[in-house]
Amino acid sequence: MSIQFKTIQQLREMLDKKVISSEELINETLKLAEDLKDLNCFVTMNEDASIEKAKKIDQAERVDSTLSGIPLAQKDLFCTEGLRTTCSSKILSNFIPPYTATAVKKLESAGSITIGKTNMDEFAMGSSNETSYFGNVHNPWKKGYVPGGSSGGSAAAVAAGIVPAATGTDTGGSIRQPAAHCGITGIKPTYGRVSRWGMIAFASSLDQAGPLARSAEDCAILLNEMSGHDSKDTTSLDIESKDLLHTINQPIKGLKIGIVKEFSLDDLDSEVQNCFEDSKKLYETLGAEFIEISLPNISASVPTYYSIAPAECSSNLSRFDGVRFGHRAENVEDLNDLYIKSRSEGFGDEVKRRILIGTYALSAGYYDAYYKKAQQVRRLIKNDFELAFESIDLIMTPTSPGTAFAFGSKGAQNPIELYLEDLFTISSNLAGLPAISIPHGKVNSLPAGLQLVGNFLREDQILNAAHIFQQNSEFHLKKPSMEEF
Amino acid sequence: MTWETVIGIETHVQLSTKTKLFSRASTEFGKSPNTNVNLIDCGLPGVLPSVNKEAFYKAIRFGLAVGAQINQTSIFDRKNYFYADLPKGYQITQMDVPIVIGGTIDIETDEGIKTVNITRAHLEEDAGKSIHDQFDGYSAIDLNRAGTPLLEIVSEPEISNAKEAVAYMKAMHQLVTYLDVSDGNMSQGSLRCDANVSVRKIGDSELGTRTEIKNINSFRFVEKAINFEVKRQIKQLENGKKVTQETRLYDSVKDETRPMRSKEFANDYRYFPEPDLLPVVISDQEMQEIKDNFPELAKEKEERYAIEFELSEYDAKILASSKPMADFFEQASRETKNYSLLSNWLIGEISAFLNKDIIEINQSKLTPINVAMLINRIDDQTISGKIGKSIFEEMYIHGSSPDEIIESQGLQQISDDSEIEGIINSVLEKNPDQVAAYLSGKDKLFGFFVGQVMKLTEGKANPQTVNTILKEKLKE
Repeated sequence: MSIQFKTIQQLREMLDKKVISSEELINETLKLAEDLKDLNCFVTMNEDASIEKAKKIDQAERVDSTLSGIPLAQKDLFCTEGLRTTCSSKILSNFIPPYTATAVKKLESAGSITIGKTNMDEFAMGSSNETSYFGNVHNPWKKGYVPGGSSGGSAAAVAAGIVPAATGTDTGGSIRQPAAHCGITGIKPTYGRVSRWGMIAFASSLDQAGPLARSAEDCAILLNEMSGHDSKDTTSLDIESKDLLHTINQPIKGLKIGIVKEFSLDDLDSEVQNCFEDSKKLYETLGAEFIEISLPNISASVPTYYSIAPAECSSNLSRFDGVRFGHRAENVEDLNDLYIKSRSEGFGDEVKRRILIGTYALSAGYYDAYYKKAQQVRRLIKNDFELAFESIDLIMTPTSPGTAFAFGSKGAQNPIELYLEDLFTISSNLAGLPAISIPHGKVNSLPAGLQLVGNFLREDQILNAAHIFQQNSEFHLKKPSMEEF
Repeated sequence: MTWETVIGIETHVQLSTKTKLFSRASTEFGKSPNTNVNLIDCGLPGVLPSVNKEAFYKAIRFGLAVGAQINQTSIFDRKNYFYADLPKGYQITQMDVPIVIGGTIDIETDEGIKTVNITRAHLEEDAGKSIHDQFDGYSAIDLNRAGTPLLEIVSEPEISNAKEAVAYMKAMHQLVTYLDVSDGNMSQGSLRCDANVSVRKIGDSELGTRTEIKNINSFRFVEKAINFEVKRQIKQLENGKKVTQETRLYDSVKDETRPMRSKEFANDYRYFPEPDLLPVVISDQEMQEIKDNFPELAKEKEERYAIEFELSEYDAKILASSKPMADFFEQASRETKNYSLLSNWLIGEISAFLNKDIIEINQSKLTPINVAMLINRIDDQTISGKIGKSIFEEMYIHGSSPDEIIESQGLQQISDDSEIEGIINSVLEKNPDQVAAYLSGKDKLFGFFVGQVMKLTEGKANPQTVNTILKEKLKE
């Protein structure tokens, strides 16, 4: 019995009914990953340790967690003790962390098994997974097309049915956009919901970890485990986490959904518009109300993001200097030369571009005009959301302006073109709000994503709305043929 | 032409917390390289700072002691620069909102007490150390110090000469040690300063161009470095040249300051708020606890000693001037009743030994109990003061207890009248000529007889008893 394309719930049932043992499940998963290695989802596999853990689980008398024995893949920016963690960068291509990220540790303590580390845009900087030092990841729906990014490897591994779910991180859309492009479900929680300890930082004030899975329900299962206060991360919220499975599957009659006036869909592909209109109709039949809202400063979110995120990244990436870990250039003349050569050799173009932008934005004489101004605009954007949420429960937008595109077709000449991929997703990072992307149809035979943005800490509402949508549609059940692979 | 000097001082005080400012690694000094280092201290990918509130309490205690305004909400910034012993490539510090604003410190000058204003004091993490001379062709990095909490205290430019600068540093040293904010150990770098020095013609309202002398770590060097720099600047100006605004280093071997290479300071630090740390808030309750547990300061101790132990004002002041000495005195005073003898010994003999070795009493092998025991043995006449001094030397070198030394070397004073009388008799018998000379009026020979008695008793005879009996004997 194939384990491909199974959800967590389905694998749980197979394990519980002893249709398959944990060890068999892991072996099958590893074999599938091997068979589909042309997708290039994985940077590093964790064969021995995962089989070892599966054996132990098989020997255990009781199973007390849904995730026990379930194979998962981790984005390769979560530090994993003893397992190489590269951030898909040459500069970390030899880095084996001595500790494990809190989010991964929590999932592993719940019994899940990390089968490997997934490919991504280098240091999570990109929207197509094309900046990876380890090569492009193919979209399972179409060879030669991007899976989206930066969590492209995780999205592709789930969409290809290798693992039922994977972790990702989202700084400006890096979970939601690849989920949309690969036809799966992915949620970025409220900033501070999941500990950032052990997540290699891109932009500290925007980064947030979350799950990618085949359904909203599976996302809820993972997020339940990943959430929670961590004393090692002062920005993690010290609040009790609610059981998200408990609040899923509530009727949505009377749910007030905001449509953002400033997000004009007129310029978008008509098929994208059609998908959006169809989803609106579905929600209306399910009892939701639509209300037009205004987010007056939303148009500034892309430039605001591209001032703040590179500024933080320029500082966060300073530690990659060839002194203590990672790539170190040889034959250097002095300390400065060591820095220059190690970093020039170790970082790819996009990372260098963002370090340069960020360094500029923080420089004396420019700080006020760029970084400080951007922080002020960020505050305005946040205020806009706060005001809007006084009259609505959640906001609905397309996840991305388009669908997956061919390798090399966007951003090669003008990086800004690629930055606009995040047009609809970036603002929820700036405001720290939770947002989910669910598949809601196809455009030119490629999946399109629908985004639901929730109020602060209201993951329960967007997960419920997404789940109800999935209970009443079949977009999330669609599987790529995988004939090309 | 007459010049006046304007000096502002930035003091870097290592706070004496058990663990680092943003990690749980130990701050203990002198451990083998890179052993007091955890994931956070070496800036591994993915790590985040967590806050050690003890450092905040200490900073606040300092602020309250100088009468400053305290920011109960602390915000941190990143100061970005590359250096091999700066693991993250940035230092977490406080730029816009320091924890301490304002306040004053009184210093003692030749003209009396002078009040120096404090501009601000902020918390930051220390860097590691680069070692350039131990590995051929390589520099080595020791991150033990990385992340140690520092309080950087900035004075207003109100210090007028090198002597005042030293007085300022001494007052600062006394204050931070008294507050238990820092161990104040300058040779280990717990207290070090940068001096901003400029000169101008007397009467000028504008400040002259300043230079910054970095990283001075002793009172003596503060004085020498500033004196050198002031002379150099005046000479520049008198020769019609300009003073360049720059950072200089003091070379104690050559006794001169010289500019650091431009590369070492030409930095745009790109400060911005540290996104990994939420503002750290100290509650009103925590503030109250800090106030309720405020330690007794030097001035208060001084006044108390004079009354409680009936010491002279002068003695009380000397004992209270150094926290380790005051602590030692207080502990020893619980074991002896003769406070004035204890005080005399601490200020006299003991301080002389300590000064010779340039150490504080808590760095010596002496313990309050042992010193009190020594005082008691002199007080109860088990030993003479003179023997006491030789016993002390033993205690100082080996850390042994006076009773052990007295016991093992048989140093108990001989106060037994009949025993002493017997010895005196034998001295007088052996020296009939001197006895005759004495009796014929050569009074000075009395000392000779005492000396002979002491020689025979190896100095252990109670001198008063010897005097009394000898006088009586010689009358006969």
